[in-house]
Amino acid sequence: MSNPLIEKATEKYLRKDLPDFRPGDTIRVHVKIKEGDKERLQAFEGVVIARNNRGISETVTVRKISFGHGVERIFPLHAPVIDHIDVVRTGRARRAKLYYLRGLRGKAARLKERTAKQPAAETPAGQ
Amino acid sequence: MSPGILGKKIGMTQIFRPDGQVIPVTLLKAGPCVVVQRKTPATDGYDAVQLGLLEYIKPSRINKPMTGHLKRAGVDGVRYLRELRLRPGDDDLKAGDRVLVSEFKPSDKVDVIGISKGRGFAGLVKRHHFRGGPATHGSMFHRAPGSIGASSFPSRVFPGMRMAGRMGTQRVTVRNLEVVQVDEEGNLMMVKGAVPGPNGGYVIVRRAKRATR
Repeated sequence: MSNPLIEKATEKYLRKDLPDFRPGDTIRVHVKIKEGDKERLQAFEGVVIARNNRGISETVTVRKISFGHGVERIFPLHAPVIDHIDVVRTGRARRAKLYYLRGLRGKAARLKERTAKQPAAETPAGQ
Repeated sequence: MSPGILGKKIGMTQIFRPDGQVIPVTLLKAGPCVVVQRKTPATDGYDAVQLGLLEYIKPSRINKPMTGHLKRAGVDGVRYLRELRLRPGDDDLKAGDRVLVSEFKPSDKVDVIGISKGRGFAGLVKRHHFRGGPATHGSMFHRAPGSIGASSFPSRVFPGMRMAGRMGTQRVTVRNLEVVQVDEEGNLMMVKGAVPGPNGGYVIVRRAKRATR
């Protein structure tokens, strides 16, 4: 458990504009990239396989298959380099960390869409 | 400008700079402090202030001589009492003056002094960064010290030979840490980087003695 004083001190650095998403969801993360003096956005779309830590240090691990190779990126959620995040698709997961997806490919690595009936308490609702 | 302030380590976290850089920070509860005694060359032979950290302490925990000493500065009790040398250019502080965290500004440089965490009886690899031997391939030399000197001459081990032993609980100074943020209301200060000691340990925050050029 984090010290309440630390939470209070880092509160103003937290981002409140991010959508709710859970492990299993497919998200698109738009990252600001500086090229010389120009800035552009780059998107990374994939399945959320883990959310780690709490508070200011929270990170999200996003996995996608790029040209036949699995690629994972870990984003610090509250970093200013993240412009915005879109939730593309929800997915039903029965555990918080979906590391088993690394061993699966193609059809086996699919996740069922989460329906409204799915109780929210199944995985920590994040944010 | 006071030469420093006393405080308590709360813990580490991280924050983001406006340019997106992540920086590791330690949160300190710094002050409020009070000057308990002013030492002068005339009476004590040197220039210094004795600072006390104002934090609740049971009156029965303070012995009588200390109560009398604190009474001269008009204080009831201090949790942590340390002395800081005054340098030319420092304010002349009087006994009873308050020292608050608001004396520090972001981007100031400070030295933080604390008591490091105890490691118990530690071996050479941990205590003196010896390399140790290979783990496998039939090696029978893992974390042992190796040779500690010659044989019949000198027939003894030279003093100061680095060996296993108690490690930690020593006074450690970390120099030139940058003040990142100051919260005057909460008496909080954020410094960049790590600070010696456990969370809840008392530290001295001193204005950097040797500023980096």
